[in-house]
Amino acid sequence: MGVGGGRLVNVREMLRFAWQGVTANKPRSALTTLGILIGVAAVIILVAVGTGSSKSVQDAISALGSNTLTVSASSTAAGGRGGVGGFLGAPGGGTEESTSQNATQTRTPELTMADAAAIATSDEAPDVLGVAPVVSASSVTATYEGASHSVGTFTGSTPAYLLIDNTSVAAGRSFTDSDYTNHARVALLGESVAEDLIGSDVEDLVGTSVSFNGLQFEVVGILESKGSTGPQDQDDRVIAPATAVQDTLSGYGALGSISVKAGSADTVEAATAQVEAILDARHGVTAADRDYSVSSASSILDAATSSNQTFTVLLGAVAAISLLVGGIGVMNIMLVTVTERTREIGIRKAIGARRGDIVGQFLVEAVLLSLFGGVVGVVVGLVGSRFEIVGVQPVVAPYSVFLAFGVSILIGLGFGLYPANRAAALRPIDALRYE
Amino acid sequence: MTGQHLDHDHVIEMQRLTKTYGAGETAVHALAGVDLTIQRGDYVAIMGASGSGKSTLMNIIGCLDAGTRGRYLLDGIDVRRLVDRQLSLIRNRKIGFIFQSFNLIPRTSALRNVELPLAYAGLPADERRRRALAALDRVGLADRVHHSPAELSGGQQQRVAVARAIATEPVLLLADEPTGALDSRSTADVLQLFDQLAVEGRTVVVITHEDEVAHHAKRIIRMTDGLVVSDERQAGVDDPPPRWASAVVAS
Repeated sequence: MGVGGGRLVNVREMLRFAWQGVTANKPRSALTTLGILIGVAAVIILVAVGTGSSKSVQDAISALGSNTLTVSASSTAAGGRGGVGGFLGAPGGGTEESTSQNATQTRTPELTMADAAAIATSDEAPDVLGVAPVVSASSVTATYEGASHSVGTFTGSTPAYLLIDNTSVAAGRSFTDSDYTNHARVALLGESVAEDLIGSDVEDLVGTSVSFNGLQFEVVGILESKGSTGPQDQDDRVIAPATAVQDTLSGYGALGSISVKAGSADTVEAATAQVEAILDARHGVTAADRDYSVSSASSILDAATSSNQTFTVLLGAVAAISLLVGGIGVMNIMLVTVTERTREIGIRKAIGARRGDIVGQFLVEAVLLSLFGGVVGVVVGLVGSRFEIVGVQPVVAPYSVFLAFGVSILIGLGFGLYPANRAAALRPIDALRYE
Repeated sequence: MTGQHLDHDHVIEMQRLTKTYGAGETAVHALAGVDLTIQRGDYVAIMGASGSGKSTLMNIIGCLDAGTRGRYLLDGIDVRRLVDRQLSLIRNRKIGFIFQSFNLIPRTSALRNVELPLAYAGLPADERRRRALAALDRVGLADRVHHSPAELSGGQQQRVAVARAIATEPVLLLADEPTGALDSRSTADVLQLFDQLAVEGRTVVVITHEDEVAHHAKRIIRMTDGLVVSDERQAGVDDPPPRWASAVVAS
C-alpha cells in the first residue's frame, strides 16, 4: 500500500516544538519549574544538613578519646535476670564480697565499687591502664552567695577519672587520693557552673565554699573548658571524690558507671574483652545474659551514626515529598497546556503528526520543565549548603545531588506521560473544532 | 478488492457512503449514501447549506473521520482499512488542508509553519527549508517568511496555509470555506491562487456556501440532507478553470 512505515520527526525537531511550548508562557513555566527547583534544592540541602550534623557528632565523639571504655549497667537485662538471677547467681557467685552483697540486695543489675576494684587490681587485665568508678548525683543545685545553678552532671569518682576523661584543671588543683580516702568534701567545677555562680573571674571561686543541695563543698579547682557537643554543654559539670558524693548526695547504691582507660586505641578491643571476662566471672553471667555493657568511643560512634542516618533519611523523605509535589505541579500545568493547545494539536494531527510525534512533543516539554528545575535546583542546593543552617555546617552528599537530579527528570517523564497521552489521544476532528 | 476500482485517474472514489451519528431513534444521518468520483486535475466545489452534510463529507475525504458504511478510495487506497498511524501518513502525504480559520501554529514563523508537514514526513532540514521557501515563493510571500501569523494579514495567513498545503506535493488540495474569514480583496487573491494551482494540474476540492467561490470551479456539486442533489460541470477536467481566462485577460 505504500503507507506502512514512516519515522517520527527527529529529536531536534521535537526539542524545538517543546521549547516553543515552554517559552510560550514564560511566567507559568518559571513557576512550574520553581516547584521542582525547591524540591531538588530541599533534598540536597536537607540531606547535607543531616550529613553535616552526623559529621559534627562523629568529630565530637572522636574527640572524647578513642581509648576510653565505659562500663555501665544495662537496664535491658534487668527483667531477664530478675527471674533466673537467684538461681543462676548462687553457684557462680565467686568472691566472698559479691555473695554477701547478693545476699543482702536483690539481684538488680548493678556495678559496685568492688567491681571497679576488681578490674583495677586484676592481673588478667594487662591492657587496662586506669579504672575509675563513677557515681552520679542527679538534680543537684549549686548555690554561692545568692547565685544558683542547676548542675548538668555531678560526678563522683577517683583522681584517676580526670586522666581517663582527658580532663585537666585550669585553675587550682585536682583532688588527691587522700581527699578520696578521707571523704573530703572538695569539688572541681566546670567552667559553665563557675561562670554562673561568680561571673567571668572563675579563678576567684578556688578556695571558697559552694553549697550543693545545701551541703558545703570546698572548690579546689576549675576544670579546663571542653566546649559543647551539639546541644550538650560539656562544661556544665562538677567532679568530686566519689566517697564524699556517696556520703552526701547519691547514697551508697550502685555505681553509675566505671570508666576504663585502655593503653591505646589499638588495645581497646583487648581491654574490652578483659573487662568483660572479669565482670562475667564476678556477676556469674555469660555473653548471652550480661547485665552490663562495655562501650567505647567507637561503639558510641556506631550508635550515633546509625541514629544520624535515620535522621538524614527522614529529612530526605520530607524533601522528597516536596519534590513529588513539584512533579504534580508539572502534571497540572501540562494538562492545562494540552487543553489550551487542543487546536494546535488538531492542526498538527491534520497535517500528518502521528501519535508518537504528539506524545514526544509534550513529554519532552514536561521533561524540559523538570530538567530546568532540576539544574537550577542543584545549583541552589549547592549554594545553599555553603551556609550554616541551625548551627550545622551542611556537608553535601554527592549521591543526593545525583538522586535529586535524576528523580526530577523521572518526575518529568512520569508526570508528563499522562498529559502527553491525553494530547495524542485527541481526535483531530474534535481538536480542530475546539475553540 | 476488485481491480476495476483501482483506477488511478480517480483521486476520490466514493460509493454509497453513509455517516450516522448516534443510534436508534436519535440517529442522525449526516450522509445518506454519497456516490462521488473526482478525477485527477479536477477543480470541484462542494456546495450546500449548513447541515447539508458537506462538512462531514469534507472530514471523511480528508481522512479526519471515517464513514459508517460504504466505500471510499483515496488515490486508489481503501482508507477504511487503515489504522490511525497510517491515516496520519495519508493525511501527510496525500492531502493538503486549507481551513477557514487558517489554522497556522501561533508564535511560529511562516517558514516553520510551512516546514511542519515536511518535518512530520521526516525530510532532512535543508530539503525541508528548500521546499518550504519554494512553496512560500509560489504563493507570493517570499518576503514574509520570518513573520509570525500575528504579523500577517488574513489573506497572507491563508496564503501561508496554501503554501503549507502544497509543500508536500499532495494529490489533493482540500479547502474548507477557504475565503470564509477573508475580505473581498483577499478572497479574490486566494481564489486566483486556486485557479493557478488548478491550471498547474492540481486536484482541488473546495467546500463552500458562496456562489462566488463556486464559480471558479470546473465542477459544482450541490448537497442537501446528506445527498448529492446536483452535479454541474462548468469546464472540462483538462481545461483551465472558468474564471481563469477572464482573469488573465483582465490583467
